[in-house]
Amino acid sequence: MNQVLDSASISYSRRAMDALRLDPVLLSLLIVLALFGSMVLYSASGADQAIVIRQSTRIVFALLLMIAVANIPLRMIRKISIWLYLAGVAMLVAVMFYGEVGKGAQRWLNLGIVRFQPSEILKLAVPMIVATYLANRVLPVGLKELMVSSILVLIPVLLIARQPDLGTAILVGSAGFFVLFLAGVRWRVIISLGVLMSAMAPLLWKFALHDYQRKRILTLLDPETDPLGSGYHIIQSKIAIGSGGVYGKGWLNGTQSQLDFIPERSTDFIFSVFGEEFGFFGSAVLILIYLAIIFRGLYIAAHSKENFGRLLAGALSLTFFVYLFVNTGMVTGMLPVVGVPLPLISYGGTSMVTLMMGFGLIMSIRSAKRFLG
Amino acid sequence: MSKREQLKDDFLENRLIRRRLALSAFFTVILLSLVLGRLYVLQIIEHEHFSTLSDSNRIRIKALPPTRGLIFDRHGVVMANNLPAYRLEIVPEQVENLDDTLLQLKQYIDYTEQDLKRFKQFSKRRRPFESIPLRLNLKDEEVARLAVNLHRFEGVEINARLTRNYPQGAHAVHALGYVGRIDVKDLGKVNENEYAGTTHIGKLGLEKFYENELHGAVGVQQVEVNAGGRTLRVLSESPPVQGNNLHLTIDSRLQKIAEEAFADYTGAVVAIDPSNGEILALVSMPIFDPNLFVNGISFDNYHALRDSIKRPLFNRALSGQYPPGSTSKPFLGLGGLEEKVKTVDQKKYCIGYYKLPNEPRRYRDWKKQGHGRMDLHDAITQSCDVYFYDLSHEMGIDRMSEFMAKFGFGTKTGVDSTGERNGLYPSREWKRSSEGMVWFPGETLITGIGQGAFLVTPLQLANSTAAFSRKGVRYQPRLVKSIEKIPDYTMVKNASKVVEPYQLKNEQNWVHVHNAMISVVHGLRGTARVINKGIQYQVAGKTGTAQVFGIAQEEEYDEETVAEKLRDHALFISYAPAHDPQIAVAVIVENGSHGGSVAAPIARRIMDAYLLDES
Repeated sequence: MNQVLDSASISYSRRAMDALRLDPVLLSLLIVLALFGSMVLYSASGADQAIVIRQSTRIVFALLLMIAVANIPLRMIRKISIWLYLAGVAMLVAVMFYGEVGKGAQRWLNLGIVRFQPSEILKLAVPMIVATYLANRVLPVGLKELMVSSILVLIPVLLIARQPDLGTAILVGSAGFFVLFLAGVRWRVIISLGVLMSAMAPLLWKFALHDYQRKRILTLLDPETDPLGSGYHIIQSKIAIGSGGVYGKGWLNGTQSQLDFIPERSTDFIFSVFGEEFGFFGSAVLILIYLAIIFRGLYIAAHSKENFGRLLAGALSLTFFVYLFVNTGMVTGMLPVVGVPLPLISYGGTSMVTLMMGFGLIMSIRSAKRFLG
Repeated sequence: MSKREQLKDDFLENRLIRRRLALSAFFTVILLSLVLGRLYVLQIIEHEHFSTLSDSNRIRIKALPPTRGLIFDRHGVVMANNLPAYRLEIVPEQVENLDDTLLQLKQYIDYTEQDLKRFKQFSKRRRPFESIPLRLNLKDEEVARLAVNLHRFEGVEINARLTRNYPQGAHAVHALGYVGRIDVKDLGKVNENEYAGTTHIGKLGLEKFYENELHGAVGVQQVEVNAGGRTLRVLSESPPVQGNNLHLTIDSRLQKIAEEAFADYTGAVVAIDPSNGEILALVSMPIFDPNLFVNGISFDNYHALRDSIKRPLFNRALSGQYPPGSTSKPFLGLGGLEEKVKTVDQKKYCIGYYKLPNEPRRYRDWKKQGHGRMDLHDAITQSCDVYFYDLSHEMGIDRMSEFMAKFGFGTKTGVDSTGERNGLYPSREWKRSSEGMVWFPGETLITGIGQGAFLVTPLQLANSTAAFSRKGVRYQPRLVKSIEKIPDYTMVKNASKVVEPYQLKNEQNWVHVHNAMISVVHGLRGTARVINKGIQYQVAGKTGTAQVFGIAQEEEYDEETVAEKLRDHALFISYAPAHDPQIAVAVIVENGSHGGSVAAPIARRIMDAYLLDES
């Protein structure tokens, strides 16, 4: 009896996980990351408890949403993907005409109770629709599938880039691209597209862009040419990270961060604060946690029993990687400044909710594997 | 199952996807190693360097504001330049207690609430280590008084910086406009980074219209400072680029003569070169000193200017709208011939008034006893109203407004400055939409002699006159002749554009009106014959009088008894030399009563100066 009870208590948590259709590995990694995040945010916000509490509320809310999404059966997810996609695109068009302007770009849609960015929906809807479309086709994808998928991806990407929101456009575009890539677009197609794009670039540069757009891109490519604007962020961010050294200056002790030298230090540039206070060692640990999450996602994708799950889980995990790479590349001065947050750590609710729902999808895929198998 | 479905091979597809997943995992590791490598470089290899920058020293980015472009007249006379002036500036970061310091400073330097408000707004928008001006244009005594006590104020600086200056004072103020201190509202309209450190911006006129040319490009200095904020060394610098210089079409000498010719009258005069649309003089009287506005005008000065009954701040040349009176007659007369409403020889007997068929009202001529038999030539020369009542009645308002529009009446000229107004040429459509009423035949008559709702700006009148002198070729007038691009000092021409020209149906029609206009000045009975005394060239002109207030049917207008500000406006348009026009002038003298005796002599002085002693 005792023995039975014992084994029951050991497997109790696992059974609870299964009942909730959650992946314990992914869940624990996400929670560790969120805890890390709150800690850095406390420091970055200048020890502002209110901000940390607000962010924690968001995390809890996002986790609940994740659980909800994880419990949607995969069949249902495939069915709703087309509607989600259409609704998302319709709202992007609505934003063009009725959207509210925030920080110089027209991104927000006000639905009375909530104000949100329709572009967030597309971060999930685009990989979902492309995966749904390709799941039943013969792989590797042929020319027709490639064309249809590209159109499905390009419509929302162009609408988002117009707002203008380059960061989100990149994320949505790469989510769609990854599905195609995993579905086996032939290398010669990928290479010729790459060659074609680089051949077209000078023409687009010359004829399709306005002067001010060209200038904006030049500043993006070389932020040091705009030291009064975004270049200032880069210079200060590099000083913060570099001065952190091996072990960092310690939590709450980053002088660059605390003295307000880093702009956007709670949001897009929060990694600079982390790098200054926790040094190379801390940064490496953080990046390894991220890597573990990405690998877990890819593992679930590889072990899924059907193409839809393989493609979607793989693409979502890789998009998560793009978040990480673009953000860290930006704050370390390797990549141009585009507004991409550090996933699950930067302050702000919108991207947090979308990311967690994405992990909900991955978990649903993992559970489906078991039930179908 | 479709045929395609049957071709699916899950084993092969799974292997394909897994291979791609593995490849992605590989790339993920590679790219994240790159990030780690970058972090290794920053945090371990270059740690020393960044640590130094972060601990005791800091890098600062200082904006170096550009020098504003200069403005020259057409012969190179300086109209606007920049002179050093002392400013009181504060670096908020270096001040221990800002409120305390501001309070103590007040003992030495008097600054206003306005100054303080602006300072606070800017300290919120700019970085804490940037110096923010509290007061501009310090007087020598103020500088001396504060300088001896400056050691007590950490973070307070007295800096000499270049500030806009108008060396000729009030001269040509309405042509130039002026700059003023930049405010938060202005910042919203420009690229804020480009204006980091800039304290002034064009507020009016050319200075505003050509702001983009005049401002220049901001420079940047990367400096290393110590903990106290003192600059240790300059790490890198890209100097600011001065704004482009403007070379005007305005002739400063001509402008000055025009201003002096007005004496105490108020009004406006615009002179244009009809061959290219260049504005030679653009005067609105009275004038005021724009230097007052550069560093924030004092309360008293501003109120004195604003409340003056002569309204010096009002740019009459561009924004003033006046009934053109009889100066519109040559245009309408040409229209009557072109539209075949009248022939050259057709005569109308003027008995001193005109009556519409079915209407008891008498439309009076300015000459009570009447002019007698009038053809178009005489009607222009002697400015007979009855002839034009008759012409208008036969031509009708629709054809009138269509024809007059071709000479630019009712539309902006498109001059390169701010504040230009439309003027107005009435039409049925206009009356329906603006007043919701139908057009009355009587209004056609009133419009025909340049009264009623018909309004022109002095610039518009001058430009239409210039177009008339060139047989319908109308330009978009220009104040800037060329722009001198800095840093290579190349001159870029700013040529006037031709507006769609009017094609004369019969050139003889134009010659006829043109000859009548010559008779206005040179004929025995011409209304402007007073100015032909000793004249060395031929002038074509037309006088005009615009009613300021209406006279009842049976009332008499008696100049002596009417208060000055209710007296008629005097107008005169002209171009010369008549057979090869080089200058077209429109003069409006407010409450000047007589076009011939008051407005025409002003035009003559300008034409004399331009045509005779071009030195």
